[in-house]
Amino acid sequence: MDKTLSPARKRRDLFLRILLTASGILVCVLLFFLTGCLLWRGLPYVSWAFLTREPSMLQGTAGLLPHIASTLYIILTTLLLVLPLGVGAAVYLTEYAQGNRFSVWVEFAAEILAGVPSILFGLAGMLFFVQLLGFGTGVLAGSLTLTILILPTIIRTTQESLKTVPRAYREGAMALGAGKWYAIRTVVLPSAADGILTGCILAVGRIVGESAALLFTAGFGTVLYGWWESLTNSSATLSVALYLYANERGDTDAAFAIAAILALLTLGLNLLAKLAGRKWKRSR
Amino acid sequence: MSDLREVVRRRRRAMERAMSLFFFLCGMAAVAFVLGISLYLIVSGLPAIGEIGLWNFLTDSVWSPKQERFGILPFLLTSVAGTAGAVLLGVPAGLLAALFLAKAAPPRLAAVIRTAVELLAGIPSIVYGLVGMIVLVPAIQRAFGLASGASLLAAIIVLSIMILPSVVSVAEMALAAVPREYEEASLALGATWMETLYFVTFPAARSGIAASVVLGAGRAIGEAMAIIMVSGNVPNLPGSLFAPVRFLTTAIASEMSYAAAGSLHQMALYSIGLVLFLFIMCINVLLHFFVKKEGKHG
Amino acid sequence: MKRMTALLFAALLSLVCACGGDSGSAGQTVSVNGSTSVERVILTLAERYMLDHPEIKIVYDPTGTGAGLEALQNGVCDIALASRSLAPQEEAAGLVPFVIALDGIAVLVNDCNPVESLTVEQLAGLYTGSLADWSEAGGRSGPVACIGRESGSGTRDGFESATGTEDACILAQELTATGAVLEAVRNNPQAIGYASLASVEGRGGIRILTIDGVACTEAAILNGTYALQRPFVFVTRGTLNDRAQAFFDWAASPQAAEYIRQAGAIPTAGQ
Repeated sequence: MDKTLSPARKRRDLFLRILLTASGILVCVLLFFLTGCLLWRGLPYVSWAFLTREPSMLQGTAGLLPHIASTLYIILTTLLLVLPLGVGAAVYLTEYAQGNRFSVWVEFAAEILAGVPSILFGLAGMLFFVQLLGFGTGVLAGSLTLTILILPTIIRTTQESLKTVPRAYREGAMALGAGKWYAIRTVVLPSAADGILTGCILAVGRIVGESAALLFTAGFGTVLYGWWESLTNSSATLSVALYLYANERGDTDAAFAIAAILALLTLGLNLLAKLAGRKWKRSR
Repeated sequence: MSDLREVVRRRRRAMERAMSLFFFLCGMAAVAFVLGISLYLIVSGLPAIGEIGLWNFLTDSVWSPKQERFGILPFLLTSVAGTAGAVLLGVPAGLLAALFLAKAAPPRLAAVIRTAVELLAGIPSIVYGLVGMIVLVPAIQRAFGLASGASLLAAIIVLSIMILPSVVSVAEMALAAVPREYEEASLALGATWMETLYFVTFPAARSGIAASVVLGAGRAIGEAMAIIMVSGNVPNLPGSLFAPVRFLTTAIASEMSYAAAGSLHQMALYSIGLVLFLFIMCINVLLHFFVKKEGKHG
Repeated sequence: MKRMTALLFAALLSLVCACGGDSGSAGQTVSVNGSTSVERVILTLAERYMLDHPEIKIVYDPTGTGAGLEALQNGVCDIALASRSLAPQEEAAGLVPFVIALDGIAVLVNDCNPVESLTVEQLAGLYTGSLADWSEAGGRSGPVACIGRESGSGTRDGFESATGTEDACILAQELTATGAVLEAVRNNPQAIGYASLASVEGRGGIRILTIDGVACTEAAILNGTYALQRPFVFVTRGTLNDRAQAFFDWAASPQAAEYIRQAGAIPTAGQ
């Protein structure tokens, strides 16, 4: 540092530097504190039996199996719905609509959807899917609601990866006489597959963590179903079950155990998405 | 032979057309969803407002379904106060962290912090709520000698932690995009590196920073599950940091299941949804404006 | 690959349409929806019943009394659970109540609170704010944190009508579920709260007060000397299907009484 600085200025400089470093460190401390607290309080209650049994009132035991199952069902159903829709919209934006009037609308709409809070998705989903269409609370209504919620994520990640597919690939395919769809199917989409995969992992993370949008659409059910039955029967995912245990039953231990599992799951998924993203960038 | 080729060509052309229609429809689905949600919230939100009267609905400070009084002023002011508090607390910390990441941190430390930010963003909001309820609320009660720690303050702290990641990541991008020449010019004039960062880099990235603030505010105003468990949930006007309060979002979440079918109470909850939606739309438009501006700068 | 997903999508859409047709109580399920206070009772009954009838699934959605009645009116559930008596207009709308059990509303304080007993007047005073300090109600001095339930809750109705504090309560926390109340009282030495007796028994960290010198017990609730009580009601609309009727009959029979008791409520069958 410059030796000609006055002591007051030096002091101020040091203060500014400390402030900056401290706020950087703060983020890490928060994360460590949160996960540490969750794992410390929650992990002692996580056991194989807790994960793989149904809850029983007669024996007074808690179990997560129904919630794990409904979480998987919702992930599966939502991805089935949102993937064609989201990838399709992204393909439309990058391959068909380059900057026309519709594409501006679509991008603006996706931006708005990304900003709407999940409780409003829950409210609209309840009014439309549960009440108007009469699906009842269940995985189907929940998944349809989540489809709308996740759509912007899938569109954005797919679009980003489509943009990195070199123009030459498309031109090459077209030059060989392939139609646009043919080129997309055989050249463009396969080269964007890893980007789409990253989007899926991120989407799964969102689905696992979502609660407000599911309260009134997927419901609070604690019974184990098959996939088909679960569609129209109330099924609580892990996040909703956490709310159920903490709020309805006041069972903090079970709630912390679920929170620890959720934290580990979402941390894992996000790290996975990061790794996948990095790998995909390197392969380019 | 040429017939066959003609058939194949025709079929392929039909396929092409079908697929381009399919992609178009997928794109339009996003637009349809936005229109559908807006329409639905408006249609279901208006009847109660009509019955209660817009002025009454927005300015009556009593929310008491039993007495058929539905004033959402307490929720409105609480949401505004909570968001403002979260922005005041979360944004400075977030901006400093972003500046550290973009310009001052050693690369390896920056990578660690950046991962931490991403992971923090991924933790489900309900988990923040649980930790807030079990750890933060009793701590606030003890620290301030209150009857109950579930308060506006608890909600503000939880919200400010939750908006931190979005503020950091958006602001970092804006700060990293500040041209190196600006900083070099400042250094050449004798400013220290820290002075340059605070007084040159920060102002140069102001529109991106504004975007991060607006984004953070949007997150805060829309959050429900994390604060439902820490805010005490009583429909008070937010007169004190230590009073229990109820937000727009938590009003919907907490009473939806208890409102009788088709009652004015239930419809008033839909109307709260509509008010919240309008808030969010304003913020979205603001955000759109800032992002556009930022785009033009770059 | 794309064609596959398109096919799947189409299949799913048709599935969506198929399900729209017969929503709600499809298949071998009996769906029950309503009050969170009845949760322990209904889950215990359902679990016992399903042990004997493995082909039947009883689905319970803990949404709240109001939402349960709404679901019943929309035809999305078979039986609604209410933790309060029905309002006249609800009965006029064709809803038929059946009181399956009685429940005491237990008044709770934290374990550290020395107060053992309160009168109804004191209780009303605490909740309306005229007694703002614990020393005025026989406790150590310190501010009182009154914890209540959100409006529409059957527990709140029962508590406020028995204490005459309708719309007069000044609350420190207004919580949406039984468990949240227990948690808030357990974490706060200054707190007082109320919750269904059925959910409270056997919880650590909290203590049940006697009211007007009467402890919250089965006998006192049945003979009416314990003032704070309300019914648990099975509500139906029109004729039930056979599965739901069979479950209803069993739940109302004396055989089910011991399970209702095990869940902390007081069965009405056989009284």
